[in-house]
Amino acid sequence: MPENTAAGGATIELENLTKRYPGNPAPSVDNVSMEIGAGETVIFVGPSGCGKSTTLKMINRLIEPTSGRIRINGEDVTDIDPVKLRRKVGYAIQSAGLFPHMTVAQNIGLVPKMVGWSKSRIRDRVEELLDLVGLDPGEFHGRYPRQLSGGQQQRVGVARALAADPPVLLMDEPFGAVDPITRDHLQDELIRLQNELHKTIVFVTHDFDEAIKLGDRIAVLRERSHIAQFDTPEAILTNPADDFVSGFVGAGAALKRLNLTRVRDVEITDYPTVTVDDPLQDIFDKLRRSGTNEILLLDKRGRPYKWLRRGDLMRAKGSLARAGTLVHDTVTREATLRDALEAVLTDNAGRVAVTGRRGEYTGVVDMETLMNSVHELLEADRLDAIGHQHELEEAREELTHTEQEGHEGEAKA
Amino acid sequence: MNFWEYLGSRHQQLLADAGQHASAVFQCMVVATVLGVLIGVVTYRTEWGGNLATTATSTILTIPSLAMIGLLVPIVGLGVPPTVIALTLYGLLPVVRNSIVGLRGVDPALVDAATGIGMSRLSRLVRVELPLAWPPILTGIRVSTQMLMGIAAIAAYASGPGLGNEIFRGIASLGSKNALNQVLAGTLGIIVLALLFDAAYVLIGRLTIPRGIRA
Repeated sequence: MPENTAAGGATIELENLTKRYPGNPAPSVDNVSMEIGAGETVIFVGPSGCGKSTTLKMINRLIEPTSGRIRINGEDVTDIDPVKLRRKVGYAIQSAGLFPHMTVAQNIGLVPKMVGWSKSRIRDRVEELLDLVGLDPGEFHGRYPRQLSGGQQQRVGVARALAADPPVLLMDEPFGAVDPITRDHLQDELIRLQNELHKTIVFVTHDFDEAIKLGDRIAVLRERSHIAQFDTPEAILTNPADDFVSGFVGAGAALKRLNLTRVRDVEITDYPTVTVDDPLQDIFDKLRRSGTNEILLLDKRGRPYKWLRRGDLMRAKGSLARAGTLVHDTVTREATLRDALEAVLTDNAGRVAVTGRRGEYTGVVDMETLMNSVHELLEADRLDAIGHQHELEEAREELTHTEQEGHEGEAKA
Repeated sequence: MNFWEYLGSRHQQLLADAGQHASAVFQCMVVATVLGVLIGVVTYRTEWGGNLATTATSTILTIPSLAMIGLLVPIVGLGVPPTVIALTLYGLLPVVRNSIVGLRGVDPALVDAATGIGMSRLSRLVRVELPLAWPPILTGIRVSTQMLMGIAAIAAYASGPGLGNEIFRGIASLGSKNALNQVLAGTLGIIVLALLFDAAYVLIGRLTIPRGIRA
């Protein structure tokens, strides 16, 4: 029942998709087969000219495949009216591609209008979408694209792509033309959106870091869109299939891996804590009983305030006002391990307090726990990747087999 | 009789001629615009099509207007028909050329986006390409109109309507006391009309070019 799943994602199957241009003996996209699950974010990443954009554009048939089939939610869309197909598939491109002669609202409402929604429904939908992409509807509704910054334009572009609530969203280097800080924001926004909407997203980029950040799975493509590796970011980072992939992953794969895990996913040690309201004597006792050299002092709202050492307490002389060192850096449970590592490295005692949503203390990570977690992660990834690689190799063997068969057949004919 | 006295005594005749002149130019411009944009829409996609249309229309423009009207008279007779045909043909070139340039100048990424979000070829043309190409097309129409104002005067040679009659009458009676006044009245009348039309185009531009792409 496609209608019911429309709000969420849809599966996409590409089967032996090939594109040849006249006058060029080698195909631009050669025999790509791929299955994308509903609600999954898949990133096509590869060097310029590897055919990743062409492959993407074949999914909504902006470029008609020479051969092969495309199925969306099991329905073969290779031969249906392309206009009908594209209305079920959102499309966002670099520099947003907003129509400069239309207002933001008109741009977003274009597809719903074409599908025949009523005026009031379109108006509500536009407001909802502007809200969703983080733009104030009242303020941006009537603006023209040239009155927006690059990042805002891109948000509107995404809103337009989502307008008719398509199950599939194709994004062709959408954040390629904005500055790094805005790009970072937009990526975060996309992650947030995807957590709410669960669309099936196919995203093209040449930036591997972007791919790691956004993708559930990444397809690393080499020339003619041959799939070098199609796996989770973790698996690609820890176990690249070949030199091409590892070259593309670039240096510092282990560091990049840290970006994929949040502090909440690793072991957080509990630390003895006291609050500023506790009498001095209790603090002494607690420190003595804990057997550690240090205790964390929390402020009235339970937020980390100061690190207190034994020596500090000796010199405190009845008041905590001047004792101890202020906590100047904390990480949230949502922070990446990379952020945590940075904080631990810059901290003079090699540990950092972890805080919850409202800044309240939840634990501490230090160098040792961090290293243990990372080792465990890498080991798990490696095992996963080896498993996937076997599957891929099997698939590839099958492919070469059929290819050779095909060539023999041609030779005979 | 000086010029002002001449204007005073003949103003009714002059106004009627000016009205006919303006209406002939206006109607021919409407036809030329519709035809020109159509030709542009049909040909802009192909390199040779666009070139053919531009070359054909500019060839027409190289034919001297007097010769063109002279050639048309034996075919369609005197009066309004040769005037309308000649004016429409002359009006085509700037409209056709600017339509092609304008339509080709639409950012390919926008056309791609329009197709990608599911617009049919027709709605893409009507909602995206033509609105974006409209400013250059309007400029073409403006240039055409200025040109036709002058060419329409020649139409009087084939007994066509307009201020040209005044000019030709003056030329025919050179040496008589009103000859200069007639030529002057006709010429100035055409200039005034041209300026009025131009002002109208500025207004049309204000009203029809969307705010988002207004310079």
